[in-house]
Amino acid sequence: MSLSFLFFCLLGLGIFSFLFGRRRIRALSAASATQGIKQHSRDIYHGSFVAVCAVLVPLVALLAWTGVSPLIIDAMLEDFLRSQSPDLSVGELGVLMAKVKAYYVGSLPNSFANDLMRDGSDYFAAMVDNSAMARATIVILLSVSGAAYGLRLLAPRFTARPMVEQIFEYVMIAASAIAILTTIGIVLSLIFETIRFFDKVPFLEFLFGLSWSPQIAIREDQVGGSGTFGAIPLFAGTLMITFIAMLVAVPVGLMSAVYLSEYANPRLRGIAKPAIEILAGIPTVVYGFFAALMVAPFLRDSGAEIGLTLSSESALAAGLVMGIMIIPFISSLSDDVINAVPQTLRDGAAALGATQSETIRQVVLPAALPGIVSAILLAISRAIGETMIVVMAAGVAANLTANPFESVTTVTVQIVMLLVGDQEFDSAKTLAAFALGLVLFFITLMLNVLALYVVNRFREQYD
Amino acid sequence: MVNSEASEVKIKAREVTVHYGEARALHGIDLDLNANEVTALIGPSGCGKSTFLRCINRMNDVIEGCRVGGAVSIDDQNIYSDEIDVVELRARVGMVFQKPNPFPKSIYDNVAYGPRIHGMAPSRAQLDAVVEASLKRAGLWEEVKDRLDAPGTGLSGGQQQRLCIARAIAVNPAIVLMDEPCSALDPIATAVIEELIEELRRDYTIVIVTHSMQQAARISQRTAYFHLGNLVEHGPTQAIFTKPENQQTEAYISGKIG
Amino acid sequence: MTDYSDPQYRAARLKKRYRAERRFRAYGLAAVLSAALILVFLLSSIIYSSLPAFSHHHVRLDIEVSSDYVSAEAPADGNYLGMVRAALRQQFPEVTARSDKRALYQILSIGAYDDIQKRVIADPSLIGSTMSLYVPLSDDIDLMLKGLIDRNLPESERIVSDRDLQFVDKLLSEERIRSQFAIALFTNGDSREPEMAGIRGALSGSLLTLVVTLIVSFPLGVLAAIYLEEVAPKNRFTALIEVNINNLAAVPSIVYGLLGLAVFINFFSMPRSAPLVGGLVLALMTLPTIIIATRAALSAIPPSIREAAMGVGASRFQVIMHHVLPLAMPGILTGTIIGLAQAAGETAPLLMIGMMAFIVDVPGDVTAKATVLPAQIYMWANNPERAFVARTSAGIVILLTLLLVVNATAIYFRRRFEKRW
Repeated sequence: MSLSFLFFCLLGLGIFSFLFGRRRIRALSAASATQGIKQHSRDIYHGSFVAVCAVLVPLVALLAWTGVSPLIIDAMLEDFLRSQSPDLSVGELGVLMAKVKAYYVGSLPNSFANDLMRDGSDYFAAMVDNSAMARATIVILLSVSGAAYGLRLLAPRFTARPMVEQIFEYVMIAASAIAILTTIGIVLSLIFETIRFFDKVPFLEFLFGLSWSPQIAIREDQVGGSGTFGAIPLFAGTLMITFIAMLVAVPVGLMSAVYLSEYANPRLRGIAKPAIEILAGIPTVVYGFFAALMVAPFLRDSGAEIGLTLSSESALAAGLVMGIMIIPFISSLSDDVINAVPQTLRDGAAALGATQSETIRQVVLPAALPGIVSAILLAISRAIGETMIVVMAAGVAANLTANPFESVTTVTVQIVMLLVGDQEFDSAKTLAAFALGLVLFFITLMLNVLALYVVNRFREQYD
Repeated sequence: MVNSEASEVKIKAREVTVHYGEARALHGIDLDLNANEVTALIGPSGCGKSTFLRCINRMNDVIEGCRVGGAVSIDDQNIYSDEIDVVELRARVGMVFQKPNPFPKSIYDNVAYGPRIHGMAPSRAQLDAVVEASLKRAGLWEEVKDRLDAPGTGLSGGQQQRLCIARAIAVNPAIVLMDEPCSALDPIATAVIEELIEELRRDYTIVIVTHSMQQAARISQRTAYFHLGNLVEHGPTQAIFTKPENQQTEAYISGKIG
Repeated sequence: MTDYSDPQYRAARLKKRYRAERRFRAYGLAAVLSAALILVFLLSSIIYSSLPAFSHHHVRLDIEVSSDYVSAEAPADGNYLGMVRAALRQQFPEVTARSDKRALYQILSIGAYDDIQKRVIADPSLIGSTMSLYVPLSDDIDLMLKGLIDRNLPESERIVSDRDLQFVDKLLSEERIRSQFAIALFTNGDSREPEMAGIRGALSGSLLTLVVTLIVSFPLGVLAAIYLEEVAPKNRFTALIEVNINNLAAVPSIVYGLLGLAVFINFFSMPRSAPLVGGLVLALMTLPTIIIATRAALSAIPPSIREAAMGVGASRFQVIMHHVLPLAMPGILTGTIIGLAQAAGETAPLLMIGMMAFIVDVPGDVTAKATVLPAQIYMWANNPERAFVARTSAGIVILLTLLLVVNATAIYFRRRFEKRW
């Protein structure tokens, strides 16, 4: 039984249990009402109690089984393959396992498979089927018995409401804790792989090395499997593209925010604000396409017209389009802070005979400065972490250059390049992606914390 | 009747109407305001007294959808005529607001802001002199002369309001408009400001909107009572407070409406 | 003499100040206009370049469904390609040499036999009859017919050879060629041939992924927000959660991809390329958006409503379930829709977990291999064939249309149900 079908079965069982529980308490109460026993909780709580009994435990079991069973099946497949051909080395076994699974999902053509793989695949298929059957049986049994248990407890004086509320509160706490779990998950997964990366590549070489050329690593034991991992060219490329993006986004975004909140009449504002929101809602892959297939060729050709040589993957094209992507971000954040500047300050300046632009430049913008700085910091963090535009429009080769017409690569491009395709999970190349990810996470985190700190001080001033 | 015959008329309002969008906030106000006098505008909330005040320096221009009709003349010149530049007008008509609103700049820069934008004090020494004179007139000099570089927002509420008064008089206006300048202040700070207003009257024409009738009685020479966008009664403060001619005025002053 | 009492000085100064005013204003207007122009240019250039993908040139062939090629017992095993090619050969009896025949076949799309195959499998009684059908031409011929490949260039500089041109011109003169709406774009899965490539597989992959995202993130997000806003005591634990949520909202999406790769795929051995994993990763990404929007909606409800409900003896949870939550629902739904729209356009984290596989079939379950619409666009953009540029643009137009509809729904919800207190 497929996972989604089982999930909806469970949901159905929950609804059914709710209805059944509600019916039952009505019958019970009607019977005991003659004896003057008053029902403690309303029907709906009794129904909810039975539904919770029917769903909560099986849901946890379902998640646990789905999470753990692949590990067990893998171990069983390994035992099976070892029993079939005992003289495999660990490395060979790993490759074989991967091929068996590839054959199972159909990505390895029949002609490439041998009998051992076919047998392994049959065994694997049987185990997957068994696991799915067992999972479905256990979940449904748990659900039905949970519902039965809940139904037995129902009685007019049963305190269903506090029970349900208590369970509800625990579920809410668990839901809130997901945020912490996610952060822990991010930090741990990045740190573990990064530590393993630094076993293979020295820390200082990574942080200060001037050359980046990870060789293609298909297998761990391959000759020449490790390249050089000096990340400076990536940092420099990221910075250059971010800088170009900010050159576009900050003036345009800030000035449009100023114009729309201080000058524009409501009609223009009514058109321009949604337009800028549309700009913000465009997926980054669209900007990437725009940069790679429209802006970059245009820049290259017009550069050639005036005798400039532009790479078709120039930092300029990627940076310009990234700047366009950031405009709405800066403009809507600045708009918020400009509107948060009290009107009394504007009145004060106007009453002294300041023109509108003098009021804005000398009073409103200085007052909004912390908020604007915070918006720019967030925008920089955005630009550094942006992936699709640079993957599609920036280069892959790591050039250390200050020329925006040349092709540079960025941290995010390299993470994608290192991880897309089939790689051995332990090679320095794949691990390098996690080290870069950690750097990215750390830098964006710092920028966000800083931005939050700055803007909070701004808020304190005017709240 | 305090020397009303002797005073010359500084501000003349004729048939002043104000619309906010479709709603009419002022219904044709005719009012003369004398030079070197404090005129108090009183009346219940929403009666149009602040709106009228903002007509005198054309601050209503700032509000979207606000239209002003009729004429307001200062020294017999209609400030709503085309020849009048609103920026220059506001240099002649200063304004102090309900809530102290010092700019997020230093005390010095707050006071120097007006003279700077109008180019009134081209040299640093002149500017220093203007700042010092204004702060002295506002009675703030002694308290802040050692920390002119400190942010204006760091002062107490009463000090901030006096800073705003200093900022307004630094451009040497002929008229100072005050929109409930004491409503956000404690009684002691209020007393200081009231004394200051009495001082300033010698050099400036002062129009003050106030909610406090005691304040109007204490500091003003003339009082105008507004109700629902109409000017109900206008005259010497003493007369208004002791024997109002209009029943509405009497009801308001004696606390029956408001 | 710089004296303020000098009217000439004052006038000059005023003029200067007003010039600065106009300049500043012009900068602002220029900024707004350039942002608007960029938007117009971006959208119109993509729409313009997508237009060729919505139509395709077909040629009418009289296909003889003969039993030489297909048997009634096993219609699925028939040689339909041979059947279509034979029909094409009929139009050119003069072509006999093997190499010429092969060149002739090249003007047809690889998928030219799809239609006839489907028809015969559905109705084997067609065997023995002759059918007049429009079959698709190859992408290069199509581009040339649309004028996107200049046929006046010397032969060495264009993809379409002179011989192909002769074939096509003959068919044109017989009025056998016409342009049709490219239904394949919507009904097909991915393909290496641009004229056969469609978004159906990617669209259903997106749908499955988003269903997982919604099922996971909506209840968790709303529960967490209710807890933090209405129930939680103000202590270190809740402060920690709040800091976490704020920071998670700004973590680059690609980092979520790394998390999904390390935790879901490598640690829990979940299947690669599956909507389940993609949906989970996007759910974690969307969670902060939903929590923040829900909290904003909850805190916008005035305390008086809560007090009134408590005053008549409702428990804290009854207050939430009966009063606060229903009133906050429009805001919550709007936030959720906006979060989902963001997730629907997300590409980078899905590349990390392999959701850019070449998928011809429509994925059947959340554990099957699948791709999503933005990843499909990314893959098409990487294809060198010229016709894929139009295909990619068309994919973008469809994606943007869907997002526009979704966002418009969100705005409608906000306008329709939002109450101002």
